[in-house]
Amino acid sequence: MIQILKMAFRDLGRNRRRSFFSALAVGAGLALLILMASVIEGEMGSAIESAIQLQSGHIQIRAKTYDENRSSLKWVDLVENPEQMASLISGLAEVKAATPRLYASGFLSSGTQSAGARITGIDPLSPASDPYREGLISGNYLNPDDRDAVLIGKPMADKLSLKVGDNVSLSLNTSDGNVQDQTFTVKGIYTTNTYGFDSTTVFLPLSKAQAITQTENHASTIFILLKDTAQTDAVVRALSISSGLVIKTWKDLNALFVDYEAMAQSYISIFYLIILAISASVIINTLIMSVYERTREIGILSAIGMRGNRIMMLFLAESSMLAVGGVIMGLLIGVLSTLYFNVNGFYIGNMGLSGMLITDTIYAKLTMDNLVNLTILTFVVTLLSGLYPAVMASRMQPIAALRAEK
Amino acid sequence: MEVVKIENVTRTYQIGKLETRALQGVDLSIASGEFTSLVGPSGSGKTTLLQMIGCLDQPTSGRVHVNGKDVTKLNRNQRADMRRENIGFIFQFFALIPTLSAYENVEMPLLLNGMGANERKERVMELLKAVDLLDRANNRPDQLSGGQQQRVAIARALAPKPALILADEPTANLDTTNGKQVMDIMEKLNKETGVTFVFATHDPRVISYARRVVTLQDGLIVKDS
Ligand SMILES: Nc1ncnc2c1ncn2[C@@H]1O[C@H](COP(=O)(O)OP(=O)(O)O)[C@@H](O)[C@H]1O
Ligand SMILES: [Mg+2]
Repeated sequence: MIQILKMAFRDLGRNRRRSFFSALAVGAGLALLILMASVIEGEMGSAIESAIQLQSGHIQIRAKTYDENRSSLKWVDLVENPEQMASLISGLAEVKAATPRLYASGFLSSGTQSAGARITGIDPLSPASDPYREGLISGNYLNPDDRDAVLIGKPMADKLSLKVGDNVSLSLNTSDGNVQDQTFTVKGIYTTNTYGFDSTTVFLPLSKAQAITQTENHASTIFILLKDTAQTDAVVRALSISSGLVIKTWKDLNALFVDYEAMAQSYISIFYLIILAISASVIINTLIMSVYERTREIGILSAIGMRGNRIMMLFLAESSMLAVGGVIMGLLIGVLSTLYFNVNGFYIGNMGLSGMLITDTIYAKLTMDNLVNLTILTFVVTLLSGLYPAVMASRMQPIAALRAEK
Repeated sequence: MEVVKIENVTRTYQIGKLETRALQGVDLSIASGEFTSLVGPSGSGKTTLLQMIGCLDQPTSGRVHVNGKDVTKLNRNQRADMRRENIGFIFQFFALIPTLSAYENVEMPLLLNGMGANERKERVMELLKAVDLLDRANNRPDQLSGGQQQRVAIARALAPKPALILADEPTANLDTTNGKQVMDIMEKLNKETGVTFVFATHDPRVISYARRVVTLQDGLIVKDS
């Protein structure tokens, strides 16, 4: 057995360039798999995460009749006295923040320009509002008792040519179905690096939003953020709510996204297969070539009484060594390149996928799961690729092999 | 005692529609300790006959017995075992494994036989000494001359103490001096160890070493003396 390994190793050494490039092909394949998986992981993870942080929260409590798409402001469609429930929920250990929010549809206009807006009444002091405060790029953040201040996103400011301190006219629906107009001052401009969100979302303090829409002590939702996404189901079970209300989790609220992710995963699997097939065919090719080149040698081994299965082992040992070499190279290249994109990220700009929030930069994220699985997968595929040439070698007839070069 | 007994062996090669009857009914028996030459013009069937005896190939019809065993009944693995345990080969081209040193080439059949490390080392050194190549033990085949390579092949063929060594034109690729040295060694080993040698050749100088000469023509034995 040791002799077989020794022979296999020397055989690979005989044609170093070819062995190196075959191993490199395996390595490049693995590196590509690792990088791809990490980018996808990073994109999916950050996309879902930003959707949760910015828009959906982990959990929302709403009126049963509330229709998200219509942003209805009728009292029956809203949660009554939300503050009380929110502060109760905030007391749960797993909860980072629970805060009422009010959504209304409307538009902003300035001069001759106007833009549709999703008016969002928030408690500026709730930790759930931190991303907006942290995203402030000019002006000041909202105070709970501001009466004529709005916070708008960078794309909206660009579109309407607004600066901090400018006046802007806001028209929005009220609970009785009328439209209310009022002039506000742009107090601050924010960005969350998420075009789909920043271009439409306009923030007001909750109390002001309630006042202007005449919804008084009602909110569209109680927006709940958890310390850990994994605890969502546990918290849902712990919540008790009055009839007339429903609990929605981030999965319900981002259903489109969750579906998209599943679909993307299946596309990615096809890519994986293609990459693996390419490395496999390089290995098969190399080994078949080397079987043909060594026809006579195989004949000699067979003539001196080496059984077919040992000859097969010799070639399997060679493909194992290529696999080990390739996997080491692949891990090195894959992990380093992933690390690079983990720090620097890919800038993808505004990928305007409707209904989804995608940040403008993807940071690759390597999980141990992906690393281990892809490494094993590559290793196994390489070994399997070596099987056919090895069987071919073991089936050679000694005389055919011996006459080959005579 | 008979090492080889061949009864009415034929071998027909078929390539497409073309049939070549390389052996057309050969009977031959070779006793232990013989130093026998197979002669005949090119294409007369010498190599084919050696392959039959050596369990490298199977006859189209007839029986081949080696060491009293009917080898035509054996499967692939059993034939490999038969070759490993009872038969050594020397080929016209110096059939060594290019990645292994002279020492390792000689060691190979012993490894396949599962011989212990100490015994193996002793045996390899003894053989390298017998073919006068102790100083070349660590050289790879490409660092050896043709004559030296062929001597390594002889040592390897002898290593597992086979009953029979088959040599197919062992000197055809060697100059006169090296050819003579190889034949001298084979003759000496035959005398010293009693191992049976059968060699195919059409070189008259080689034929002169033989104590028995079997002449083939068109796949038939035409003379045996
Ligand atoms: N593998 C083969 N396929 C087809 N024909 C073969 C094969 N081996 C040998 N022959 C034919 O069989 C005949 C005997 O060949 P061989 O045994 O090599 O003769 P020798 O060794 O005496 O020169 C020749 O006509 C040769 O062409
Ligand atoms: Mg011949």
